Amino acid sequence: MDQSLKTTCLHDDHIALGAKMSPFAGFDMPIQYSGIIQEHNAVRTAAGMFDVSHMGEIFVDGPDAEAFVNHIFTNDVRQLAPGGILYGMMCYPDGGTVDDLLVYKEFESGFLLVVNASNIEKDYKWLLDNAGGFEVEVFNDSESWGQIALQGPKSEDALVKLLGLEELRELEFYTFYDLEDEEGGRVIVSRTGYTGEDGFEIYASPDNIRDMWASLLEDGITPCGLGCRDTLRFEAGLPLYGDELSPEISPVMAGLSMFCKFDKPEFIGKEALMKQKEEGVARKIVGIEIKDNAIPRAGYPVETEDGTQVGVVTTGYHSISLDKSICFALVDSAYGALGTPLWIRIRKRVFPGEVIKKRFYKTNYKK
Amino acid sequence: MSRIIEGLLYSESHEWVKVEGDLAIIGVSDFAQAEMGDITYVDLPSEGDEVAAGEEFGALESVKASSELYCPVSGTVEAVNAELEDAPEKVNEDAYAAWIIKVRMSDPSELESLMDAAAYAKIAE
Repeated sequence: MDQSLKTTCLHDDHIALGAKMSPFAGFDMPIQYSGIIQEHNAVRTAAGMFDVSHMGEIFVDGPDAEAFVNHIFTNDVRQLAPGGILYGMMCYPDGGTVDDLLVYKEFESGFLLVVNASNIEKDYKWLLDNAGGFEVEVFNDSESWGQIALQGPKSEDALVKLLGLEELRELEFYTFYDLEDEEGGRVIVSRTGYTGEDGFEIYASPDNIRDMWASLLEDGITPCGLGCRDTLRFEAGLPLYGDELSPEISPVMAGLSMFCKFDKPEFIGKEALMKQKEEGVARKIVGIEIKDNAIPRAGYPVETEDGTQVGVVTTGYHSISLDKSICFALVDSAYGALGTPLWIRIRKRVFPGEVIKKRFYKTNYKK
Repeated sequence: MSRIIEGLLYSESHEWVKVEGDLAIIGVSDFAQAEMGDITYVDLPSEGDEVAAGEEFGALESVKASSELYCPVSGTVEAVNAELEDAPEKVNEDAYAAWIIKVRMSDPSELESLMDAAAYAKIAE
């Protein structure tokens, strides 16, 4: 292993399980244990668990916490009840994306921002740089927390068994409970995830997370790597920062304007995003299906029939759950309408396809 | 630990070659299939295609990545294993039984630059 890589609190457990490890966002992370297809299917049909301890936890508190979060966040936290969660983005003034994140409204005061591992330092600096004029404290507490994502139709049963709390069944989608471990340490359980299935994300101290991982393993929950985390989120139509969102790809271009609340008085990027929404964008993220088993990969050209390049694949797979070759692609908006024929160049050949809805897989959230 | 079979020749890009007269039967090594994980697609050339030593003739795709196949010898593709189109997992099940193409060699002396099992064992670790 490259010694400059960081490790999560579960690193030894991954090695002991024989995981295939690879660098991701500066961490040495498990890509797969038994195999991506088996792990993917475990989440779709039963339950799987992911080490997502690399994700960032940034706390915002103080008298102006709500105003500050609403200033840097595209969604609107004003109507959010304590224990509620919102998905949205932080944007640059030009509408480009700093990161996509979850915002948890704390029961006492303040907010927890859960951000992508690859962006922790950048986001923290962005928050500090934009906190001028607000009476807030911004604290990057990422190293104090481990995190497990428990996902799949059987995850509710597994969670109740793990924590011994029947009340967890009542937890609603995009809300969280605050619990305490035996030593008085904080445990956060939210009904959220990144797979398109019902599921939970558990935040706790590294020691506690290791104990929970061991208990879940003993309970027969399938350990799942980042390989199937990507195939699952992709099928569910969810973007990955760096692929479908970036400084060059705004939430409007990514088809995520429902998470931008233009009726807020202001937020960073509002004017640019509103203009994109009203006047249309030059390029947008679409779904494309090709009628062949060849696999469109990130970077492959998207072309018209005469061979003119009009876009590029951002993520693509032969979908495990749907058994067809599909991808997200960033294309010229003129070619973005559903049903538009497009061709994808894969090595020496071009394969015909057409634009389809991005939510490839029918999600099974518990609402 | 991956399997390496005596009597086959191997390339640095992890293809194996079984020689029958001037026919080269080509597949990928057990090491290569293990590195790739679940193989979901095999991109095959057409029978009659001309191939050159060191050039790409197709690809294996796993869930996560694609891996180009390089031809260890020059010649004409005499047969392709069409069974792999519907059952690419056969490469994972037994990489030495799942041949990919058969090439009628135009220059069998190219075989001299390939490795034997002992030499290949040193790079497939």
